[in-house]
Amino acid sequence: MNVSTEPNAERSANPMGGDLVKRHRLSTRLWHWLNAFTIFTMIGSGLMIFNAHPHLYWGQYGANYDGSWLDIGSDGTHGWVRIGPLTIPTTGVFGISTGTDGMPDAHAFPHWITLPGDYDLAKARRWHLFFAWVLMVPWLLYFIWSLLNRHLSRDLAPTRAELAPKHILQDIADHARLRFPTGAAALHHNILQKISYLGVICGLIPLMILSGLTLSPGWVAAWPWLYTLFGGRASARSIHFIGMSLIVAFILIHLIMVVLAGPFNEIRSMITGKFRLPKERGEQQT
Amino acid sequence: MNGNRINISQRRLHFTRRKLLIGGSVTSGLLLTGCEKIGGSATGTSILDTGEKLTYNVQRSLSSRMALAPEFRPDQMSPRFRSNGNTMPASADYATQLAQNFVNWVLRVDGLVDTPLDLSLADLREMPTRSQITAHNCVEGWTAIAKWTGVPLSFILQRANVRSSAKYIVFHCADDFGGTAYYESIDMLDAFHPQTILAWGINDQPLPVKNGAPLRLRVERQLGYKQAKYVMRVEAVDSLKSIGQGKGGFWEDDIDYEWYAGI
Repeated sequence: MNVSTEPNAERSANPMGGDLVKRHRLSTRLWHWLNAFTIFTMIGSGLMIFNAHPHLYWGQYGANYDGSWLDIGSDGTHGWVRIGPLTIPTTGVFGISTGTDGMPDAHAFPHWITLPGDYDLAKARRWHLFFAWVLMVPWLLYFIWSLLNRHLSRDLAPTRAELAPKHILQDIADHARLRFPTGAAALHHNILQKISYLGVICGLIPLMILSGLTLSPGWVAAWPWLYTLFGGRASARSIHFIGMSLIVAFILIHLIMVVLAGPFNEIRSMITGKFRLPKERGEQQT
Repeated sequence: MNGNRINISQRRLHFTRRKLLIGGSVTSGLLLTGCEKIGGSATGTSILDTGEKLTYNVQRSLSSRMALAPEFRPDQMSPRFRSNGNTMPASADYATQLAQNFVNWVLRVDGLVDTPLDLSLADLREMPTRSQITAHNCVEGWTAIAKWTGVPLSFILQRANVRSSAKYIVFHCADDFGGTAYYESIDMLDAFHPQTILAWGINDQPLPVKNGAPLRLRVERQLGYKQAKYVMRVEAVDSLKSIGQGKGGFWEDDIDYEWYAGI
């Protein structure tokens, strides 16, 4: 793919509401759909791995006798999630739920969100540690490519004006009222999109990769600074879990926004790259 | 007019949320079932298994081959070191050895060596020792830090004159699961790694039964299930095919854990 063949929206002449414009680069589209599948396998298999020891700790060590800050457990009948002093009853979903055989299954996460469904730590690790490569290598390539073709600096980096608190508050208010950009304004990511996409690409994904590597005795021997970075293996495992939760939150909000903004147009733009600019609000009302 | 618009949006939001929830769970359910089919098939399994080989090769080529696992200060040790797996071998022979405080116990070193050895616990204690405070990284996710004292495996292998044809070191253990003996294996690079020791002490005490008395393996750049307890025999081999079911370890054979447990 050649950078110069990518039409830049800013260069095309005065697009307006209703126009079909080029929106997503091929690299973005390929990486998006690869990740859509990869992240799904990573979360499912990761939750299964968590089921092997459903406790989280802070520090260098953390095992059964040490104080955990999060537990998902059950007494065989009632399930719960405990976060610090707070215990939340979660019977039927977390701690204990109905297994694939219809019988109560006392594992932290239920079979319908884990990969594989039935408890199998070995298989979950095979999924997780294969797709970790599929997550990591394309992320690295996409990151380098997006620096080179200036996707990061031109499309995703916020401008100084956009970072003004007033602008951010205005954008939050617009989102809350479901007033999405129309016409030429819809050509660009708004500030909340920029922050979330940059946050995932430059923050959450590298955080997940590095905290994941910190769980590996082989990688830690090669790169001992990983322990310094995360404060130990037990802490890295907690951070890995929190990072996963943030990615799940991102995906949910992302999907809701796609549906609200017009799923056909949005999904088409991520498949073909072509996006129809929403008509200006005045026209929409008439 | 303003209120009207909000109303429409809310209805739309409500409708789409329900659609999203149903659509989302159906899609994710189908995907997970599909994934499980893929993961269960022979082709799927062999694709997923390439991850282990990739990790093994990349770790071996990216990191210094003799890179040391991080060691800790005494104040960083777990207050209580957890035991896992078997905590008391079932064999009558082991019970006899234990009752005699392991005075008649011997470690057999054989296989592809020029000088097979029979080493008593006293012999092992007289050999050069190494103490290290390291993390025990369980495959399940928990971590416990303890101080291990023992003889470097490299010293024993050199004394036994291990042949250059040896590719792996196999550790045969006194414990079993349902009649199948525990065993583990490592490659020669890990076998000669300075932190790879046959430990007879934990936290300045003789190894208790629950942690593998009288002797266990510490191979610090790999996960907990590689740290074979109750080691009775060290065998140098050129292939793992004829041992157990051929995958290089009890859990590897039994439930398909990775042989290379560096991650």
